[in-house]
Amino acid sequence: MAQPLMNVAPNRPPSLPQGPAADESAPPREPAPRVTKFDVRDLNFFYGAAQALFNVNLSIPQQSVTALIGPSGCGKSTFLRVLNRMNDIIEGTQVAGTVLLEGIDIYGKDVDVVALRKRVGMVFQKSTPFPKSIFDNIAFGPRIAGLKDKRALAEIVESSLTRAALWGEVKDRLQESALALSGGQQQRLCIARALATNPDVLLMDEPASALDPASTSRVEDLIFELKENYTIIIVTHNMQQAARVSDSTAFFFNGKLIEFGNTQKLFTNPREQQTEDYITGRFG
Amino acid sequence: MNAPAATARPADWLESGKREGWVFSTLCWLSTWSSVAILLVLLVAIVSQAWGWLDWQFLTSFDSQRFPDKAGILAGLWGSFWTILITILVSVPVGVGAAVHLEEFGRNDRLSRIIQVNLANLAGVPSIVYGILGLTAFSRMFGLFGEQGLIPISEINLLGWQIPIPFGKSVIAGALTLALMILPVIIVASQEALRAVPPSIRHAALALGATRWQMVRHQVLPAALPGIMTGVILAVSRAMGEAAPLILVGATTFVLYAPGDISSLADIRENPEGLLRAPFDSFTVMPIQIFNWAQQAKADFREHVAAAGIVVLLGMLLLLNATAIVVRNRSQKRMKY
Amino acid sequence: MIRGSLFLCAVVSILTTLGIVIALLLETVVPLPGSSDASEPFFANVSVWQFFTDTQWTPNFGGEQQHFGILPLVCGTLLVAGIAALVGLPIGILSAVYLSEYASPRVRSIIKPVLELLAGIPSVVYGYFALTFITPYVLRPILQDGLGFTVDIYNALSPGVVVGVMILPMVCSLSEDALRAVPRSLREAGYALGSTKFDVSAKVVLPAAVSGIIASFLLAISRAIGETMAVAMAGSNVPRFTLNPLTGGQTMTSFIANMSMGETPIGSVEYKSLYAVGLCLFCITLIMNIVSQWVMRRYREAYQ
Repeated sequence: MAQPLMNVAPNRPPSLPQGPAADESAPPREPAPRVTKFDVRDLNFFYGAAQALFNVNLSIPQQSVTALIGPSGCGKSTFLRVLNRMNDIIEGTQVAGTVLLEGIDIYGKDVDVVALRKRVGMVFQKSTPFPKSIFDNIAFGPRIAGLKDKRALAEIVESSLTRAALWGEVKDRLQESALALSGGQQQRLCIARALATNPDVLLMDEPASALDPASTSRVEDLIFELKENYTIIIVTHNMQQAARVSDSTAFFFNGKLIEFGNTQKLFTNPREQQTEDYITGRFG
Repeated sequence: MNAPAATARPADWLESGKREGWVFSTLCWLSTWSSVAILLVLLVAIVSQAWGWLDWQFLTSFDSQRFPDKAGILAGLWGSFWTILITILVSVPVGVGAAVHLEEFGRNDRLSRIIQVNLANLAGVPSIVYGILGLTAFSRMFGLFGEQGLIPISEINLLGWQIPIPFGKSVIAGALTLALMILPVIIVASQEALRAVPPSIRHAALALGATRWQMVRHQVLPAALPGIMTGVILAVSRAMGEAAPLILVGATTFVLYAPGDISSLADIRENPEGLLRAPFDSFTVMPIQIFNWAQQAKADFREHVAAAGIVVLLGMLLLLNATAIVVRNRSQKRMKY
Repeated sequence: MIRGSLFLCAVVSILTTLGIVIALLLETVVPLPGSSDASEPFFANVSVWQFFTDTQWTPNFGGEQQHFGILPLVCGTLLVAGIAALVGLPIGILSAVYLSEYASPRVRSIIKPVLELLAGIPSVVYGYFALTFITPYVLRPILQDGLGFTVDIYNALSPGVVVGVMILPMVCSLSEDALRAVPRSLREAGYALGSTKFDVSAKVVLPAAVSGIIASFLLAISRAIGETMAVAMAGSNVPRFTLNPLTGGQTMTSFIANMSMGETPIGSVEYKSLYAVGLCLFCITLIMNIVSQWVMRRYREAYQ
């Protein structure tokens, strides 16, 4: 595997942290050792009798962007939903193995799922604003957590919208219905809504797949900005997006984790044949 | 409950333990099961009051004004029979025909859309207003006929059958009124049944050279039959239990005979002209007899005889629904597509 | 020819509406052809203003004492309908939430047939139940013997409660449809933000379905207003302008039924008043139904 398989030049604004070296001739740098946010060990997942994830072992570093790639049906979305226990809502699902969030098993007996989901936020593929005002959408999370003080709520709404790069566009119409926003704006609204509960992890399930290129690019910029403060795990079927946006990438296939590593390395010099086949488009 | 041991994050407003939701879900649970409780109490109360009063004598006698233990529901049984029979004969063809037109032949007509809106409004009209309609249109025929009418005819001769007009306080006036009342239900249910038939069946028939009507008659209608029957059952059940429109039309409360004087099968053999007379006779129906008994001063009438009548009425409704469900399941099996 | 007859079948429903309108306008506004005696319509003898503002309804009194103010009847109707709403709407909507958000399929398979049974029971049966069971064995023991209030044998509370039970299945079924129409993705978004089931049900799903629920309320109240037999059997026969549920007053529907059963001569003004009341009743329910349909149409676009 001598030839680099993909030309991966990061196209980020210069003020942000330096991406991996643009010079391909130099050997790719190893990432500095990071603190692990999620530690997944021997994870097996079942939808009733059908097994969807087989023996997944993965350590997700904090304050970085990890991409989950793979063909349709490979289990990447299922895996994502394991991390905030969203699969619990579906009847008949079973989890075997350990999923540690900063050392605590999130499937342990005493864990409060509701509190977990406030720490581990999620953004879905299709934006799902509530049929309420923009303000009420963002304030929903803090409100159900018990926060009633109007000023505190207003501050949270403003800071969430700012972090989601939407504040400027909506600050004069916070009381209008969220459904009146464009598709790209709605998705950024959903990101802001997830940020309002002050999570430390953000799970994103194909967040830009339903958006036009301009909005997609804005969402990607947003992800890049957010990774300074949040651990972001993003499922994407768009490999170029994974290459652009993520620090580490995990390749799933048929419910198994095939390969996980630094994005640059994985895309230019994958270890596994299957990974190489997928990246070069031989299937999926 | 413990949040996963945190990094030091400001989390003073994160309340993870409050579960005020249990009050809400308990209320929801209570509401739902209270319906079951109400139904049970209702049925138990009625059956216990009817106990001992519902016997063969009750089913085969006419009413009695003074003696509760001699009272019977025979007049109401026959009256309901005739009324429902004519109601079905009128409303089912017209209702299904209208649904066929709306779904198969007039789908995007302006007129069809008006009819749809109209149907929705008709479904919400109180039954007693239908009674007023029946009174004016069928009993009194807008004052156009009869001895004091604009056109002083009192009878129409239809192939030797003398039909008195206007219909006055007769079975047919009541039946036509009920037919109009349940028509919207039948039409809407039939429309849904027709809509549920897959387009592939229609295309296949048309591709074989069938005309639209042939396709409907031989393929679509049979396939939609179970759904149509469900709607018809529902509608007829409602008609059987209605009293208000019939009160307006003039179903009298105290009637000592069955329409056409036919109160048993033997009577039909002895007196076949009674069959022709029956639709134009005055009449009563089970719900009205029940109403009448519940208004009596004597507690036995009010509490026990009425309850017995209710049991008979509910029993008839049950019988009707059960038969129809059996028939519907049979036709569904034959129509597997 | 077949298509023609099918078309005619469809037209019957329009003829029905026309028939209702004509039937109501005849005798009230337009004279009925051929009525020998008193062919004058109702409103030729009673002024519209009086009809709507007089607070006494005494059609059977003679001469000076004869009043045709519909307010007492409207009041009686609204009192019963109000009590019915207080009973039927909360139970209906909470049951709908339970069936839609909390119940297992097994529970639903028990509850739904029960509700259909409740809906299918004829109103005479409910009237009987109100008169012979609720008033003597529920209301009187608690309110009269227990608390000292006087409960008339014919009151508004008893029929109000059973009419509430009658409209409950309708509210539950229509509201449940509205709740189930809320897309699953909205519920998931709620859960992902750290909601409990209560948060999702009460703060995401219910508000999203609110138009459909309101539409169901309006239809149910309209049905309660139009109910006849239960109020005729268990309710008062005397028009009273009162809000006391323990006595109540005659409703519009009960008046129409009683007047038609009575011995009043057909061409008289008293008799024609039943048409006027019928016209009023029809207009009220028609308006409520139209508003309800309008609300339902609005909610279909609520998720785009």
